[in-house]
Amino acid sequence: MSQISVQNVQKVFKTPGDDVIALRDINLEISAGQFVCLLGPSGCGKSTLLNAVAGFSLPTAGKILVNNQPVIEPGPDRGMVFQEYALFPWMTVAQNIAFGLKVKKVSPTEIEAKVASLLEKLKLKEFRNRYPKDLSGGMRQRVAIARVLALDSPIMLMDEPFGALDALTRRSLQDELLKIWQEFGKTILFVTHSIEESIYLADRIVVLTYRPGTIKQDVMVTMSRPRDASSAEFNALKRELSLMVMEEQQRHEAVEMAGLTTD
Amino acid sequence: MTLKKLGAALVGAVVPLVAVLLWQLAASLEWINPHILPSPWAVFKKWYEYATPLLPYDPAQGSYTKWLFSGELMVDSVSSLYRVLVGFGIGAGLALPLGLMMGASNKVNAIFNPLVQILRPIPPIAYIPLSILWFGLGNPPAIFLIAIGAFFPVLMNTIAGVRQVDSIYIRAARNLGVDQLTMFTKVMLPAATPYILSGARIGMGTAFIVVIVSEMIAVNNGLGFRILEAREYFWSDKIIAGMFSIGLIGLAIDTLMSRLNNHLLRWHRGLEN
Repeated sequence: MSQISVQNVQKVFKTPGDDVIALRDINLEISAGQFVCLLGPSGCGKSTLLNAVAGFSLPTAGKILVNNQPVIEPGPDRGMVFQEYALFPWMTVAQNIAFGLKVKKVSPTEIEAKVASLLEKLKLKEFRNRYPKDLSGGMRQRVAIARVLALDSPIMLMDEPFGALDALTRRSLQDELLKIWQEFGKTILFVTHSIEESIYLADRIVVLTYRPGTIKQDVMVTMSRPRDASSAEFNALKRELSLMVMEEQQRHEAVEMAGLTTD
Repeated sequence: MTLKKLGAALVGAVVPLVAVLLWQLAASLEWINPHILPSPWAVFKKWYEYATPLLPYDPAQGSYTKWLFSGELMVDSVSSLYRVLVGFGIGAGLALPLGLMMGASNKVNAIFNPLVQILRPIPPIAYIPLSILWFGLGNPPAIFLIAIGAFFPVLMNTIAGVRQVDSIYIRAARNLGVDQLTMFTKVMLPAATPYILSGARIGMGTAFIVVIVSEMIAVNNGLGFRILEAREYFWSDKIIAGMFSIGLIGLAIDTLMSRLNNHLLRWHRGLEN
């Protein structure tokens, strides 16, 4: 049985000019514990699909089931990590991590224990009383991950979470995410436009086409972890995916050149 | 570091010192009529007289602090501050919840906005006749005027503050499963604090202007009353002493507001130091 089931999903954005079909005929079955990357150029609707699963922006047609329940609103069973971190700047690191638990009315002692263990796990112990403004991008994203882990949600949704980070920080957070994923057995739906990132992380890569967003290819990645980005196998897959993604990128650029969109 | 600070203080002191010296010089050489502009020394003497208690300290009459605050200046300052704080408290206390609701809900905004837009451009001073008709003389009309003066800046800034809350915080909070009330108190309110506090600072400034004006009209103590009273006796030294007192208290209030601001917004990006 799949944990996330996307059935015939369509999403249309109404604009004053004409309607933009962001997603069309999306069908996707994701089983529990799977690490799935949504890959494609900007404008392919990968974030739109993620937001639909998160419940922020529901599809105009079709349905999305999570654990057999239709998604109608956002909820803590689908913790989201945003590219812009979205930490509450008026809360300290510890308060940010504790917030979701407070909302759930978990007892203070339990909250404290959980926050302490997450701070430890994500190497944030020294930063517990700092405010987000005093943290680097990588640190902020660790806090955002801890905040979602605190919820114990079975599903983690990640919207280009490492997109704004430098290459080295990015790599170490990718490794940490893989460790967390293995330890907690989460189902992860991860949006990225980095081909390398998707191969490094995912069990399965879903390549989307540029507008309307449809599924171009659904690729299983069977290489054992940790994956070596310089191996022949890695690079063969990278070449294959590059061709697909670049094809869509060129369609994107062609449309842009034609002046039909300002995206 | 301290040497640097001392240096900065010395640089800052040059212009006021020169101004006072020139002023004293002009007075000593009798360039100006002392009734029009008394010498700084005369102002200082008057100020000291104004600030110190009238009677010598007598333990039978009560505590030392009570005696210390029995001077005319102290009584005036305390009454003015009392009016400012009560008036500001009422004005801001009403504006904050209304502003939060108007900012968060288009419906509430549609109901109240027309009235707010009509009343807002009326300067608080224009309420003086009505306030006296309604409340007579004494503290009530003064507090009413101050409350009006503080109300609108706090209201307008609270509305703007709630409106500009970054939607990413709202999305993150919804994702964490917060209910409406928590969204309001734990997300919208803190996210709007920078705006609300700058509104409070403007409101406090207005309250301080209005207290002086209302004391000139409706009550018979306070700093505003005292300088108008001094004019009747042609005590220009006392007028100036009173004006400096008003200025110093205003500075103290603003400094306190700014400290409060820095404390409440210690998380804010713009305040790194």
